[in-house]
This record gives sequence, structure tokens and C-alpha cells, in this order.
Amino acid sequence: MADVAVVDYGMGNLHSVAKAVEHVAPGAEVVVTSDPGAILAAKRVVFPGQGAARDCMAAINDRGLREAIVQAAASKPFLGICMGLQVLFEHSEEGDTPCLGVFPGNVVRFPDERMRDDQGNKLKVPHMGWNNVRQTRPHPLWTGIDDGARFYFVHSFYVDPADPALAIGTSSYPYDFVCACARDNVFAVQFHPEKSAAAGLRLLANFVTWDGNSQPMSL
Amino acid sequence: MGLAKRIIPCLDVTAGRVVKGVNFVNLRDAGDPVEIARRYDDQGADELTFLDITASSDDRDLILHIIEDVAAQVFIPLTVGGGVRQPNDVLRLLNAGADKVSINTSAVSNPQLVKDCSDRFGSQCIVVAIDAKQTVWGAQPRWEVFTHGGRRPTGLDAVEWGRKMQDLGAGEILLTSMDRDGAKIGFDLNLTRAFSDALRIPVIASGGVGNLQHLCDGVSKGGADAVLAASIFHFGEYTVEQAKRAMAEQGIEVRL
Repeated sequence: MADVAVVDYGMGNLHSVAKAVEHVAPGAEVVVTSDPGAILAAKRVVFPGQGAARDCMAAINDRGLREAIVQAAASKPFLGICMGLQVLFEHSEEGDTPCLGVFPGNVVRFPDERMRDDQGNKLKVPHMGWNNVRQTRPHPLWTGIDDGARFYFVHSFYVDPADPALAIGTSSYPYDFVCACARDNVFAVQFHPEKSAAAGLRLLANFVTWDGNSQPMSL
Repeated sequence: MGLAKRIIPCLDVTAGRVVKGVNFVNLRDAGDPVEIARRYDDQGADELTFLDITASSDDRDLILHIIEDVAAQVFIPLTVGGGVRQPNDVLRLLNAGADKVSINTSAVSNPQLVKDCSDRFGSQCIVVAIDAKQTVWGAQPRWEVFTHGGRRPTGLDAVEWGRKMQDLGAGEILLTSMDRDGAKIGFDLNLTRAFSDALRIPVIASGGVGNLQHLCDGVSKGGADAVLAASIFHFGEYTVEQAKRAMAEQGIEVRL
């Protein structure tokens, strides 16, 4: 039984994620796997992903991973990254794609007409680079990370949770959008902790020791 | 608060070593790639770009080992370019730990490659590198695309070419002024501005940085989303952190 299973559904570079997890958890058994049994057996699951929503969902369904992902998200410490956050929702505007429906709400695109900063400069899409993440609620995975710390983003769509209580972090481009969600044993982020230097490694280190409880620790 | 402008040190790699030349010739040894990558990460680099300028295909696989070593130790985005001809080259670099792959000459000889790769791997990991040189085409300044490390003219208008690459799925443009590369007199700001105004995807300005003000100008005057430089960092003239402080003093949003 692996300590951490990184779900491989053929979308993007999973080596960075696996290497970063190995870096913060020396000695832990980290497997990159597309085997539903291995995902269900692992103690904790990282669900990454890049690319288009429709391709991601097709790859998940084709590989028979849907059940295992949904079950893992219902039962053990689970970290979604980038597309691994977006496809947890019900529907993505990208390719008009039905998604996993673990979380209520939809995934929407940065609208062209709003992509101006306060000086009127055009803002580029994808939102690519390092942006501040405001921790809108306390969570064990924020431990040791400054509120407002910068993380690395690359995306053109973002999540719009139907339940405001899911939001645990926001960023701004140029308006506030939800970039981190948590409920029970699931924590999922739009940014890439595996590419976010010290802040990202700290978040991953917090994840590999997390008990899966989303209530803030009492001090 | 907000999206930071990125500073990207660039490492030209050949035969396993980082080198730096002027106008793509007269190469000087600048050190071990893994060591240099770690140093820039410590200094706060936002991203690293590796350009494999290896001439011989025998040594091509060396870059894969270098990227593997760097990716196991440095947890910021890594872009790799040089010699990318087919989707399988992109796959091998991504599997070695690259986050983005930069395509230059092959995009000109086979534009469909950009579409195939962005469809297959996602736009977020496909950077198109454009080497541009100013030319005389009527009254307005225009720029022509060059390939093969800046040696071969293509007859393509650079800005038009940038738009086409965007339409084919490029996620970002790495824009190098061949007139300025290695010359240390600053970016070609007209070129940078022409691209940042014409495109909706991020533009990385490259070629010509000799001091920290040049980096600031690339953003504030050229409108670049990121600035790339090599020699001012490699030979210890400035650290990435000094560059960021200089930008922050001029009101540019940076990650410090």
C-alpha cells in the first residue's frame, strides 16, 4: 500500500508532482498510477492534471478512474491540483464538459471584457505566473504559509463554487476568484504547489502529514 | 498584490555545460547547469529557461539528464527548448521534468507541430520562441523571423507570425531580438511593445539586457509579462534578487 498515489490519467507532467512529494516526504512510497485499485489502496491521493477539461474527463472515463477518484475524494486525504480542482466541480464551461460533481458549482473562463488592470492595461489569459493567495479561512494545510504568499498559476478557467463555504483561498486577476477549496478530507487548489518554491513545498509537506480533517486546529 | 512580472534567467546549454555568446557565437563557459539552476532558485528566480544549443544530435540526450537532475532539486517552472522537432521530443522533455517546451525553428518549417503539441499536451506547456531582426519594409519598423539560431531569414513578419502561433495554440511567446542579443544595450522595446499589444498570451522579452534598468524597461515600456536574461546573472554582475528589488522600486509587481 503506497503512502501517496499520484493519479495518472495521461494528462500532463506528473513527474514534477511526484518529485516534489518525494522531496517533502523522504522515505514515503510515492506511486504514479492509473490503477483504480492502487488509488483506493493508497493512504492519500494527489489528483493533478493539465490540459483541457473535455480531454481530462474523457481520459478519466476511458481509463475507468472515475469511481476510484470519487471514492478517494470521499474517504482519505485528497489533494487536487489545477485541473484536479476544476473537474471536481459539476460542469466546466471549457468544451461544455460535465465533470465529477464532487463539489457543487461550475468552472468558468476569465471573461475578455474584464481583463484590464486598474491602469487600463490588458491582462493576458492564461493567468500565468506568481500571484498572491489570500487564506480566507484557516486550514491545517495553510500552516506555516504566510497569508498572501505567492504561488505559481497557469490557467484560463477558474472555479465558481455554489457553496461559499467551500472557498478557503482567493487570488485576484483583476477581480477576486476562488483558487483553493476544502471540505472534510479534500483540499484542492488552482495553483501548482509543486512549482511554487518554498510556499508550495510547505503546502505539500502539510498534506503528507494531514489527518484529513478540514476543521482548523484549536490552539 | 496581484500577478507578478517574472524574471527568468536563461541557461544556454551545450555538451552538458552552460555557455553564453554574443549574437549566438563566441561562446564562453558559464558553469554547471544544475549548480547554476540551484543558485538562481535560491536568489528567487520565478522560472528557468534552458536552451539546448548542442549542435550534434549525439549529445542531445544530455539535456534530458540535466533536466531530470534540476527537476529533482528545483521546484519552480522549467522551460526547455532547442532541437524540438516532433511531439515525441516534447513528451521526452516533459517526462524528464520540463514544465514547458519551447519550439522555434520547427514551428516555422512545420506550424502544425505547434497545434499538434498544444492539442496533445495543453497550451500551458507550449512556448513558441521567435528570433526577430528589424528590417526595412516601408516606413514603419518591421521585424523578420529568423531561424537556425538566428542564421536563416524566413521572410515572415514577426508580429504576424506571433499571432499565427497564438492561434495555433501557443501558450506563451519567448521573443528574442537578434539585433540586441548579447549586445547589453537593452531590449528592442518597440518590438516588445508591438508583440504585447498584438497578442493576448504572455510575452517574454529577451535579448540585450545589460543592466537592471533594461529589465525594468522591458516591463514598464515594452509591456512584457516576463523578462529573460542570461549574462548579467551568469557572470555575477547582478543577482535575481537585486533585479527584483530594482523593479519593485519602480512600482513593478514582483515576487520577493
